[in-house]
Order: sequence, then structure tokens, then C-alpha cells
Amino acid sequence: MTLLGPVRGTRRIHAINPVAKLTASLLLSVLLLVTIDWVSAAVALVLESILFLWAGLAPRAFFRRTAALWIAAPLAGVTTILYGVPAGQTYLQFGLIHVSDGSIALAVATVLRILAIGLPAVVLFATVDPTDLADGLAQVWHLPSRFVLGALAGIRLVGLFLDDWRQLELARRARGLGDSGRIRRFLNQAFALLVISLRRGSKLATAMEARGFGGDTVRTWARPSPFGGREWLLIAIGAVIGATALTAAVLAGTFRFVIG
Amino acid sequence: MPQTDDASRAHPAPPPAGRVPEGVAAPGARLSAEGWGWRHASRTAWAVRGLDLVIEPGERVLLLGASGAGKSTLAHAFAGVLGGADEGEQEGVLTVDGAEPERIRGRVGMLMQDPDSQLVLARVGDDVAFGCENLGVPRAEIWPRVDEALAAVGLDLPLDRSTSELSGGQKQRVALAGVLAMRPGVVLLDEPTANLDPAGVLDVRDAVAELVRSSRATFVVIEHRVDIWLDVVDRVVVLAPGGGVLADGDPHEVLRERGAELARGGVWVPGHDPLEGRSPRPAHPAGARGVPADVLLTGRELAVARVPGVPVASGLDVDVEAGAALALTGPNGAGKTTLALTLAGLILPEGGELAGSVELTRGTAVRRAARRMLARSPLLTSASPFVWRSRDLLTRIGTVFQDPEHQFVSGTVRGELEVGLRVLKLPEAEIAARVMETAGRLRLDHLLTANPYTLSGGEKRRLSVASALVARPSILILDEPTFGQDSRTWAELVLLLAEQVERGTSAVVVTHDRAFIDALADRELVVGAGGVR
Repeated sequence: MTLLGPVRGTRRIHAINPVAKLTASLLLSVLLLVTIDWVSAAVALVLESILFLWAGLAPRAFFRRTAALWIAAPLAGVTTILYGVPAGQTYLQFGLIHVSDGSIALAVATVLRILAIGLPAVVLFATVDPTDLADGLAQVWHLPSRFVLGALAGIRLVGLFLDDWRQLELARRARGLGDSGRIRRFLNQAFALLVISLRRGSKLATAMEARGFGGDTVRTWARPSPFGGREWLLIAIGAVIGATALTAAVLAGTFRFVIG
Repeated sequence: MPQTDDASRAHPAPPPAGRVPEGVAAPGARLSAEGWGWRHASRTAWAVRGLDLVIEPGERVLLLGASGAGKSTLAHAFAGVLGGADEGEQEGVLTVDGAEPERIRGRVGMLMQDPDSQLVLARVGDDVAFGCENLGVPRAEIWPRVDEALAAVGLDLPLDRSTSELSGGQKQRVALAGVLAMRPGVVLLDEPTANLDPAGVLDVRDAVAELVRSSRATFVVIEHRVDIWLDVVDRVVVLAPGGGVLADGDPHEVLRERGAELARGGVWVPGHDPLEGRSPRPAHPAGARGVPADVLLTGRELAVARVPGVPVASGLDVDVEAGAALALTGPNGAGKTTLALTLAGLILPEGGELAGSVELTRGTAVRRAARRMLARSPLLTSASPFVWRSRDLLTRIGTVFQDPEHQFVSGTVRGELEVGLRVLKLPEAEIAARVMETAGRLRLDHLLTANPYTLSGGEKRRLSVASALVARPSILILDEPTFGQDSRTWAELVLLLAEQVERGTSAVVVTHDRAFIDALADRELVVGAGGVR
């Protein structure tokens, strides 16, 4: 399994329209960004953790894919503890560093919030296949097919670029340029990759055109992109989690509107 | 991103989507060019000019011509993908079934050379369906067409198989299926086998031959390997380099009358020896001279890996001898290229030993990045090419990569030849002399100011060989140097490498090309699949 590729499977979550997953995670993010406090984030995180059992990811895959968040969230927390706006009792002061009640509370809220927004997004997208997402964006949201399919075809080239980069690196060593400064070598190599990618891209565009892409005929879609009850259910779950979290914060009196 | 063609507003109906019993049996289209010509916007010379040609519905045509005769330009024009007025200048009239090709996209299906740039989508079924979707074929009709098209090219793959996991020959057949699913009236094949190994070439040829039997579509194939297609086509058209048609008619007749001329122009004509009877290695094989050769590089129990920890071949014993040519052969994926790049000092051996001779190692130094590795790994010594500095490799082991574009580092042909010599800090006079000598030897002297990326396939290959040779390495390693080359370039490569070997250079060549091995190699090492040998 690579981290870039989608997780495939037969569970219900795999079959849900990617557009619904995108909508649900956007909705949840927006709701959780309204306030910055620890209660709302904690409530959301607890509710989400229960749902992760149905996310279609084995525990190993779950932690591998979310590894970046587990590293980023504590880092953001530490930074907030040290440099957050001071309030309440100050425990430590050193130059710009202020550790206070306020900065600690803010740090906890930040860590929880990054996880509460990031984890569901990563988990939902782990089971999204780019082709299915493109189908959904074009058929459900009616984004222009030219744009959606162009982007999709471009994604496929990324894997080839990785191979190209490695070949370029070996070739530079073979040609006697491997001893020069790292930055200079990188720039030379990056330029070569750019040239090769542009050429590949234009060949791909021609191949697409040769198969009738970009004509005036109204395009059909070989794969249906159904959007029904279970898609709405997923979006509703996202909305309910967000609303519950906000309500809990208001009731607990910790609600802090972000703007103003 | 494809270009919008605002001239194609009034779009006629897509190809008849009726239920033809044989899925691929759309009626053939008629191709016609009258006084047609095309000049790319960036060039002063016309790619094609004054061309009069009619191809009747259902004809099977092999389109030949020396490289630069405008064959691909013509195919692109018939497919309607040449681009608008900002891409170039057009004269005369070119039509498909009496209409401008841009207006009836989908009536013409085209398959091109590079398998990686042919496939659009990530899954086999989706990719085959892509053309149908663009033509507005109803969904219910698309999937039966996809199944039919895959069966027609002889592929039995699950529809959700990832296209990136396929071999080159399979990729080309998937792309061909995508063309067929559109039920085109014309199938244009522009060097469809140039980037494939011999097995892939036959797969694609057989798939096309089968189609030609069952289909009513017009077929036009461009290819410089005549023998592959001779039994499939019923007409040969030879384009003249300056413009117009040089010969046209029954394949065997045209080859009888024009065979020698075509062969000189680089076309592979059956019965014409590209070497014209010259013997590249008079004293070949090396053992015949009775002198034991100097071994420059010794590999014992070598295991090689592209990704560290995942060996693709192991237990390899290799002796790279001065004045001898070694061919590395074996099936796809056996690790031939990985072995070659390991011998070249570019990849760290996964296991076993690889060491240069005292002679070869003299004067090298351990590069900074490899110092710690050397101290830690019991397998590496200061005689391992992998630890040498990049500049040490130049005069010891030259490498010619499979794709010449990967090794271009400069904006001009001259710069490409000079770059290594400057690293070696040779005097200017010496640099100039060597560049002129090598460029002359490989017919690149008229291209010294050209950009390497704008060269033709054969010129790129010659430049990649020249840029390694110019530093005069003791060992020359080449990866599939003859892939997709015309017969003239092929013969030049054989003669040049033979000359180098006779002078004492060691050549190590990864190749599938039997004729090349027969003409050049002293020994052959068959790299087995799955690491067992």
C-alpha cells in the first residue's frame, strides 16, 4: 500500500460518493472553526473516534495515514504554549516566551482542534479514488469536465515524474555533474524535469484530443455517480457532530467566537 | 491541456452508434489530401508540401519515408490534432470523408508511440471508455463496447486493473482498445511499436492483424520496421522527404523497386542488410585472438536492487573485460537495467562484491557522501565504483541511458559534449578538438547549436552516445541503445561501438535486439527473472 493510493474495499464507506465525503468534512471544518475552545473540539473528537470504527481503515493504515497530524498537532500545541497570548497566571517567562493559563488553554484547544478537523478529513479521503471524485465533481457538482478530467489526467503523471526524477539524478552522476553543489544540481535537475513534464503533458493532451476530448459533443459518463440517502446521511452526521460540539461549548460556557 | 478549437462549432453527429454485430466493424472512411502542406510555426521548412494522396475506405496502408519526411505530421493532420493557425501554417486541402478532420473527431482514431502518454485514466476499463464518453455514447452502450474492444485486442484483464501496472505491450493494446471502442472509420497507428520490446511488438502486431481481418475500417500504419507489417497491409505509400509521394502501390512491388533506396534512408527493408556486408568485428569473438583480456570490473555473487532491500536479481557473476562487448539479456523485469546501472557505479549493490581493477581504480577518490557508507558496509571498498566521485566515472565508466532526454544537461548539442570535458578541466584546445572529432564521427557537427530536446529520435540517441564517448571512458554501458532506431542509425551504432571495442574499450549493452548482439557481442549474460539464475 502506498500513502498516495486510495484504500479499496467493499465496506459501505468505500461506496459513498466522494463528493459527500468532501462536503461532510468541509461542513465539519467550517463549524469547528467558528469557535476556538477545548470543549467543542474534544466533543467532536470523541464522537468522531466512535465513527472511525466504520471508516474502512485498519488501525495500522489509520495511524500511517494520519501520522503527519499526530506530529503536527503537538508541535502546534507546544508553540502555542510558549508564544500564545498570555492570560491568567504566568508560570514561566523568558524573552518572548510566556507560559500562562491562557496560553495553555489555547494550546490544548489548538491540538484538539487540529485533530478534530484533520483526522476525519484524512480518514474520509483515504477511501476516495481520484477517478470517482472526478466523476462526482463533474456529475454532482457539474464542474466543467474539461477542467476536472484535465486535472485527473495530470495526477496520473505524478507517478511518472517520481521515476523521471530518479533517472535524472543517476544521469547527472554519470555525466560528471554529481560532485557540484547540491543547490546547483537541484536547479539543473528541476529544470530538466520541468521540460520533460511539459513534453509529456502535451503528448498526453494530444492523445486525449485524438480520443475526442475537448470537442463540442455533450460528454456522457461511463460511471454513474449516485448521490442519495446514504450520502445525505454522511453529510448529516458531519453537521450533527459539528452542531453538538458547538452546543456543548455554549452550554459549558467556553464558546469563543473566532472573529472578534 | 487540450486546445479549444472554436472553428468546430457546428459539429456533425458522432460516428454511427448503431448496433453493428461486429463491434469493431464501423464502415471505413476515405482519406484525401490535395496539394496539402504543413509548416510548424517554429520552423522555416515545410514538414510536408504538395502532397496528393487518396486512401479509399477499408484500405490497409503502410506509410513509409525517411525520417523527417513528415509521416507523423500527416497522421496528426488526419486525426485532427495538428492544432489551429497558431500552431502552424497549412496549404491545400485535407479531408476525412469529405470533411475537415477537426469537425469529425472520433471518426479517426490514432495510436501513438509512447505508451505512457497514451493512457489517460488509472483503470483499464475507464481508460477504454474515455473516448466513448467524449463522443457522447450513452452509458448503457459504453460498457459492452469496452468489453468488445478489449477482447478484440486480445486482452483479458479485469476492468479495474491499474493501467500503471501493465507492460508496455499491454499499455499499447489498452490504448488501441480505447481507439476501437470509439468505432472509428480510420485507425491511424503512428509507430505503435517503437518503444516496445520484441514480445510487446508481436503482441501489438498480432492484435492489429486480427482487427484488420475482422474490421471494415481504414488502417494506416507508420513504422520503419517493414517486416512487422508486410503481411498485414495491402498498399505501401512512400513519402518523399522534400514533399509529395515517392512510391505507391503493392507492398512487394514497391519494396522490389524502391527497397534499396528506402534502406539507405533508414527504413528496415527485409532482405537489405543495414551493415551492407561490412563486418563490424573482424576478430570477433575476443577469445579467437588468443590473448586473455584484462578484466576491468569484477562482480561476484552480485545482488542488485532498484529499491534498497528489494533485490530484483542476485547471484550474478560478471567480468567486464577490456576490448570485449558483453550483452545483458533476459525477460522484462529481470533486472538487466538495474544490473547495468549498478555496474556503472550509480546504484549501490544490494549484496555481493563489485570492484574495479587496480588499473581502473587508480586515481579515484571516495566521494564525501559515500565515506560513512564505506566505513560501515563490509561489501564496499575504495575499489567499488559506487563510492567514486562523479568526475572519476567520466573517464572510467560512461553510461548511456535508455531515454536520452534523461541525460541532457545543457541547452545546446555543443554544451552537451563539452560539459564532461570541462569537469575534467581539459585545456580549451583539447575540448574543442574532441568535440569536433566526436560530433563529426556521429553526424552531429551540423547541429552543434541546436537544442538537444528538439532533435529527432535518432539524433538524440547519437548525441547521448557521443556525450559519453567524448570523455573516452574505459567502459561504456548502454541501456537498449537500438530501441526504435531506424536502420541507418542502427548500423552506425554497431560500427561505432565495434570500433571502440576493437580499440580496447569495454562495452556492456542491455538489449533485446538479437541482430545487434550477433553483430557486436563477445559474450551474453542472461539475467533470470525473480532473482534466480
